[in-house]
Amino acid sequence: MSHPIQAAEFLQDQAKSKWHDETLWFVRDKRDKISKSVPEWENLRDLASQIKDNVLANLGSYLEEFEKNAKANNIHVHWAKDSEEHNRIVLGILKEKRCKAIVKSKSILTEECHLNPYLEKNGIEVVDTDLGERIVQFLNQAPSHIVLPAIHLKKRDISEIFHEKLHTEKGNEDPDYLTHAARIHLREKFLSAKVAITGVNFGVAETGEFVVCTNEGNADMGVHLADVHIACMGIEKIIPKRAHLGVFLRLLARSATGQSVTNYTSHFRSPSPGKEIHIVLVDNGRTAQLARPKFKNSLKCIRCGACMNTCPIYRRSGGFSYESTVPGPIGSILSPGIDLQKHSSLPFASTLCGSCTDVCPVKINIHEQLYEWRQEITKAQPDRAKSLAMKIANGVFAVPFAYNLSGNMMRGALKILPDSITYSGLNTWGKQRDLPELPKESFKDWYKKNRK
Amino acid sequence: MPENKIKIGLFIPCYVDQFYPKVAIATLELLEKLGCQVKYPMGQTCCGQPMANAGYERDTIATTRHFIRIFKDFDYVVAPSGSCVLHVKEHAPVIAGMEKEQAELHDKIFELTEFLTDILKIGNIKGSFPHRVGFHASCHGQRGLRLSSSSELHQTPFNKAKQLMVNLEGLEWVELERKDECCGFGGTFAVSEEALSIQMGKDRLADHQEHQVEILTGGDMSCIMHLQGIAKRNGNPIQFKHIAEILNEAIS
Repeated sequence: MSHPIQAAEFLQDQAKSKWHDETLWFVRDKRDKISKSVPEWENLRDLASQIKDNVLANLGSYLEEFEKNAKANNIHVHWAKDSEEHNRIVLGILKEKRCKAIVKSKSILTEECHLNPYLEKNGIEVVDTDLGERIVQFLNQAPSHIVLPAIHLKKRDISEIFHEKLHTEKGNEDPDYLTHAARIHLREKFLSAKVAITGVNFGVAETGEFVVCTNEGNADMGVHLADVHIACMGIEKIIPKRAHLGVFLRLLARSATGQSVTNYTSHFRSPSPGKEIHIVLVDNGRTAQLARPKFKNSLKCIRCGACMNTCPIYRRSGGFSYESTVPGPIGSILSPGIDLQKHSSLPFASTLCGSCTDVCPVKINIHEQLYEWRQEITKAQPDRAKSLAMKIANGVFAVPFAYNLSGNMMRGALKILPDSITYSGLNTWGKQRDLPELPKESFKDWYKKNRK
Repeated sequence: MPENKIKIGLFIPCYVDQFYPKVAIATLELLEKLGCQVKYPMGQTCCGQPMANAGYERDTIATTRHFIRIFKDFDYVVAPSGSCVLHVKEHAPVIAGMEKEQAELHDKIFELTEFLTDILKIGNIKGSFPHRVGFHASCHGQRGLRLSSSSELHQTPFNKAKQLMVNLEGLEWVELERKDECCGFGGTFAVSEEALSIQMGKDRLADHQEHQVEILTGGDMSCIMHLQGIAKRNGNPIQFKHIAEILNEAIS
């Protein structure tokens, strides 16, 4: 289904969509306040963007440096060209360790690779340990937001699913009560898992270490209790030096949730005695995106989600309307690079208002890339072009389009046509909006009479 | 004030010409009152923005070439629209053989309020407009041309339209809850994502209404056309005026 259809459906429940908009606006507002408490905020954004420019220009050599240093730290390094290879590698490690159940924390990449269904098909129990992720997992849904995965759900929904899955009291919506129930449930899973999977926020080339930022501490809990830690990392997550964390960590949490820093910033450098760390470096379309000059800096993204919180479309259409692992503005410039056909409506799911670009901590020109994707999509999909042109022709732009030929005629026609035709189903503009009142004459006509 | 020999080409967006001649007249009269020599070149057409934003920038080459020819000999080009000016500056395709004229046009085309504040250097306009006014910042004017500060950015707040209006006698400037949220017009978005477009428009209108705005103004009639269309359909009594109309009325 295309974005407009999904969005219209989301908007059916007016109260809920209003709540969704206001909740995310609250997060955006929190981000505004805390970012303005940092005098050098705009300099940090510049710096972060420039560091990422350097990374993207030298990605190969930084990755090799990272691999060399990680290996020297006794980390096993794997390379995956796509999601299938990533999933095979993870399954291979699990089989070797005879592991039947894993705990997972903080990984949008594994969502992108659809690791959960793959492992489950191969007889492995997967437990997402972050509360929001666990909730959507219970519901057999994907996250609707990359930082706030269950933001589309209200307390009542969570109470219901917990009653069903965790046998909490029916109708008890108290957040403390529900969180406590989740904690007890997850503790058991943590204690029995031999392998823990996490994502990676930053891989440091200079040291071969990687950093995972969380608020709930589940990545640490999972990793420290398990014998084997598998970290899944997109190749663009590399940064050259540890010192650069001083830039990115200051931007990440403030942009994401309006916190000054995440509750846990965990550095993993080498395994404890008797344990193993594996890191899977995943391409999955990233080098293809890197080869597209107009779109490559979308790879600067640090997955803070600020562009979702600020986007007036996302706030009112929900994450699922995008039908892509990473929704919102950044998803709308990443996803067409992965599957242009499937995601062709996404670059049009924007007014090009530019708020995403201004909020982005690494200064990705998101709205300009949306514009550029539109140019690519109309070339690749003449059908879409036709339907859009028809919509425009039927809408208010009929006048400008017919400008040279029939401006006067069009204005005349609009005046003469009965409302039933002007506001018929064909005329999308007029369904819920009045057309402007038509003046007697155009400015051009007035000018001819009133100025030389 | 520019000397008399400075010639201004008036660029009137096509839908303003057709639907809102009074906005074009107000722009012309305002510039004339401020001492400018203004000419409206009759051969002008649509700048090509609706096509380009719909993904057909490549089909606007002829339109763009025509636009450059029409306006290249003026000292300045001024339009009562941030959106169309942004298109000419940022999204018009490069025209082979006219690179020099195009680069010059890029630097001499201005949205009305920025022309008044940055080129004519008007601090504030003397006049009276005793109404409670809410300002809708069009996104292309605001984040594209930087006509006012962005709420996302850590910068010293400014607003060129406010600068021009705030000292008008009797004018009450209203601070909105979400001062730079998009209204949901978005060109083709208004029809291709109709449900969202309407909801965004309703939400913007509600912000103005909750602050007892009497007249909603802005620098782009496209946003206002959308908001006014929704307001009228829903019997909302709020009034709408382009900022050129307010300034022109205030001076007279």
